[in-house]
Amino acid sequence: MADRAQPLSAGPGIGAALCVAVLILGALAAVALRAEAGTGLGPADWQAVRFTLLQAALSAAISVALAVPVARALARRRFAGRGALITLLGAPFILPVIVAVLGLLTVFGRAGWVSQALGLFGLEPLRIYGMHGVVLAHVFFNLPLATRLILQGWQEIPSERFRLAAHLGAGPGAIWRLLERPMLARTVLAALAVVFAICLTSFAVALTLGGGPRATTVELAIYQAFRFDFDLGRAALLACIQIALTVLAAGLALRAAPGGGFGAGLDRPLRRWDAQSSLLRAQDGAAITLAALFLLLPLAAIAVNGLAGVASLPGSVFRAAGTSVAIAAASTATLLLLAVPMAASIAMARHGGWIELAGLLGLAVSPLVIGTGLFIVVHPFADPFALALPVTALVNAISALPFALRILVPRARAVIGDFGRLGVSLDMGGLPFLRLVLLPRMRPQIGFAAGLAAALSMGDLGVIALFADPEVATLPLQIYRLMGAYRMEAAAGASLLLLALSMLAFWMFDRGGRWHAEG
Amino acid sequence: MKYLTFAAGLLSATAALADTPELTVYTYDSFISDWGPGPAVEAAFEEVCGCDLKFVGAGDGAALLARIRLEGARSEADVVLGLDTNLIQAARDTGLFAPHAVTATYDLPVDWADADFVPYDWGYFAFVHDRGLEAPADFRALADSDLKIVIQDPRSSTPGLGLLMWVKSAYGDDAPAIWDGLADNIVTVTKGWSEAYGLFLEGEADMVLSYTTSPAYHLIAEEDGSKTAARFDEGHYMQVEVAGKLAASDQPELADKFLQFMVSDAVQSVLPTTNWMYPAVTPEAGLPQGFETLIAPDKALLLAPDEAAALRDPALAEWLTALSR
Repeated sequence: MADRAQPLSAGPGIGAALCVAVLILGALAAVALRAEAGTGLGPADWQAVRFTLLQAALSAAISVALAVPVARALARRRFAGRGALITLLGAPFILPVIVAVLGLLTVFGRAGWVSQALGLFGLEPLRIYGMHGVVLAHVFFNLPLATRLILQGWQEIPSERFRLAAHLGAGPGAIWRLLERPMLARTVLAALAVVFAICLTSFAVALTLGGGPRATTVELAIYQAFRFDFDLGRAALLACIQIALTVLAAGLALRAAPGGGFGAGLDRPLRRWDAQSSLLRAQDGAAITLAALFLLLPLAAIAVNGLAGVASLPGSVFRAAGTSVAIAAASTATLLLLAVPMAASIAMARHGGWIELAGLLGLAVSPLVIGTGLFIVVHPFADPFALALPVTALVNAISALPFALRILVPRARAVIGDFGRLGVSLDMGGLPFLRLVLLPRMRPQIGFAAGLAAALSMGDLGVIALFADPEVATLPLQIYRLMGAYRMEAAAGASLLLLALSMLAFWMFDRGGRWHAEG
Repeated sequence: MKYLTFAAGLLSATAALADTPELTVYTYDSFISDWGPGPAVEAAFEEVCGCDLKFVGAGDGAALLARIRLEGARSEADVVLGLDTNLIQAARDTGLFAPHAVTATYDLPVDWADADFVPYDWGYFAFVHDRGLEAPADFRALADSDLKIVIQDPRSSTPGLGLLMWVKSAYGDDAPAIWDGLADNIVTVTKGWSEAYGLFLEGEADMVLSYTTSPAYHLIAEEDGSKTAARFDEGHYMQVEVAGKLAASDQPELADKFLQFMVSDAVQSVLPTTNWMYPAVTPEAGLPQGFETLIAPDKALLLAPDEAAALRDPALAEWLTALSR
C-alpha cells in the first residue's frame, strides 16, 4: 500500500532531527576519540548508575502522580489569578540550580521556615538531606512541568466533547472514564519519560540534597572522570550510559499508542458542566492550594533574599542580563526552526519515534560532554571563545527540544489527523496548509514551547562556563562569579533579576499563544 | 583604486596591531570577575609591558588544567594562572610547561623551590563559623561534637580536595577513622565552594570549610566582624596558588615578565582584598588592616606535589568509603 497522502513534506523535520543527532553524537564521538588509554567502568560507576536510576524513577513517578490532581483541578476550575499561577508554576523549572537549591533550603532546610515553625511547637527541625531531599527537590523542579504537560492534555480535548458529555448527562465518573482516562494514558507516560530524562543528568541538586557521596550520580562521575582523572574515555562511556537509559525510558513511554479521538473540535471556549459538587470543589481547591504553597514558598524565599541586593547591583550584572536576553532570543528562534518541522514530521510519520528520540538526545547527554566535544571539534578551526555565544544559544535550543516536542507533537498529530485529509482533498499542501491550518491551531503550544525555551536558556549555565570570556558573561555565570567573590547578597539580587526576566520571557510567549484566554 | 586604498589601510592597521604583542593568560573564573584581581592586574601590567594582556577564564583550577590538556601544544595560552599544589604534579607530567625565570623572596610558611611554577598567593584551609560558637580545637573534637559542618566534594572542588589532603597529612593511616567520626557531623557535601558557603550563610550548618582569610572579607568589605575561623592544633593545610609558563608559548619573554610581575608589589598589594588570600611576597605597606585579626595557625601543613599526587586516589577512596555508609 502506498503511503497515505500527507499535506506536508516530512523532509525538513527529518533533516532537523539528523542535524541534532549528528551534533550530539559527533560531540560525544569527539570526546571518545580524543581519549587516551584510561580505565573502564569500576564498581563505583555502577553504583552511580544504580543511584541515578533509582532517584530519577522515584522523582518522575512522584512528580507525575502529584501533577495529575493538580492539572485536573486547574483544567476544571476558573478563578481569579489562574493565569498568573500557571505562569508562576513555570518558574522552578527554569531557575539555575544553585539559586533554586538555596531557595528550597530557605524553606525546607535545617534552619528554614518550616523548621523554625516546627521549633515554635518544640519539634525537631526537618531532616531534608537524603534520598527524600533529592526527590523533594526534583519534584519542586518538575511538578510544574508535568502539570503543564498534563494540563495541556486536558485542554486538547475539544470543548465540544465536554458539551456533548454534559448533554448526555455524564457525571464526573463517566467523564473520567470516557474522556480523561484515555487522554491521561497518553500524556502521563510522556511526562514520565521527560521528567525521568531530566533527572538522569542531575548532579548538584542530587549531591547537595542527598547529603554526600552516597548520592553520586552518573553526571558527577562524568565530572570526576573529566576533571579529577582527565579520563575522557570514561567520560564518554558514562555519557553513552546516560543515552542508553534515556532511550530505554523513551522507548517504553513512546510505545504508548497515540489513541485518536473522534472528530475535530471547533475551538469553542471550554465550559465544564460536570464536577460542580462541593466535595469535588474542595478537592480541587486543596490540590491547587497545596501545589501553589509548595512551589511558591521557595520562590518567595528567593524574592525575599534578593530584595536587599537588587538596589545595589553592579552594572556588569545588567550587561550580563542583556547578553542572556540576546542568547535566549536566538535560542528560542533556533528551537522553533528545529522543533516545528520535527513535530510535523513525527505527527505524519509511521516511524516518528526515531525523530523524537533524536530530540531527546540533547537532554540525555551531559552538558559537560557536549561542551567538551564541541570544544574539541571547534578548536582546530576557530577560536572557541569567539563562538561562545552562538554555541551557547545552539546548545540551549537543543536541550529545550525534548520539552518542545512533548508540547508540540500531540497537537500536531491531532491537527494533521483531523484536518490533513481535508487539506489534501482541497489540494492545499505545503505552505498554505502550514499557514492556514497547522500554525494557527498550534499557536498555544508554540507559545508555550517558545516561552519554556526562552526561560530555560535564560537560566542555563550550561556550556558558557566552558567557553567563558571575561567580557561576555551570561546572567547565571555572573551569579556564580558574585558568589565566588563572597558577594552573596548581590548574587541573591541578581538571582531575583534572573527570575523576573525568565518569568517575563515565559509569560510573553506563553500569553501570546494562550488558547483558553479566559482568566 | 578606492579598494586598493582600503586594502592598504587594512594591511597597515593589521601591521600596527601586530606591533603590540598579545599575552594570553588562562585563569580561573573568579580571578577575572569584576570583583577579582583580574582588572587591576591587567591595567597595571599593560602600563609597563607595552603589550595587550588577555585573560581567559575557565571554571576553577582543575577545569583550567583539563582545558590545557584538551588544547595541548596548540593552546593559545602563554601563561596558566591558578593551579594549586594538588594539581602541580599532574600539570608537570603533561610536559606542556616550561621552567620560569622568576626570582623572589617568598613569605610563605614553607620553603618554596619549584623550577616550573611561581606561587602568587596562598591561604590556610579552615572551618569558618560565627564568633559566638564554641569551636573545637582539632578534628577529633569536631568529630565528637554535635556541630554540623558543610564541606565540598573533592571530586568537583579544590577546597574539597584540600580537606582530603589536610586530614591525610595530619592523620596518615588514621584518616579513615577521622572520616568515620566526622560522617555524622557533615550536613551535606556540595559541588563547589560557593554552594557550601551559601548554605553556611543561610544557617544550614555551624561551620563551613573555607579559608582562614574568609572572615577578612566580611570584616573589610562588609564591616561585619561576626565571622571567625577555628584554629586546629594539628595544623592547617595550605593552598598555594601558582602560575606557570607554557612551553609552546610564542611570547616566552613576555610570559616571564608577567610571572615576575605577579610577585611584584603592584600585584601582591591588591591580592589580599580582591582574591582574599595571603600574598606570596608581603607588600612593602604590609597586609591590609583587618588581616591582623585572623587566626594564625601554629603549624602549616603541605604535601610536596609528588606526595600529594600519590596520596590523592587512596585518600579519595577512604573518604568515599567512610561517607557512603
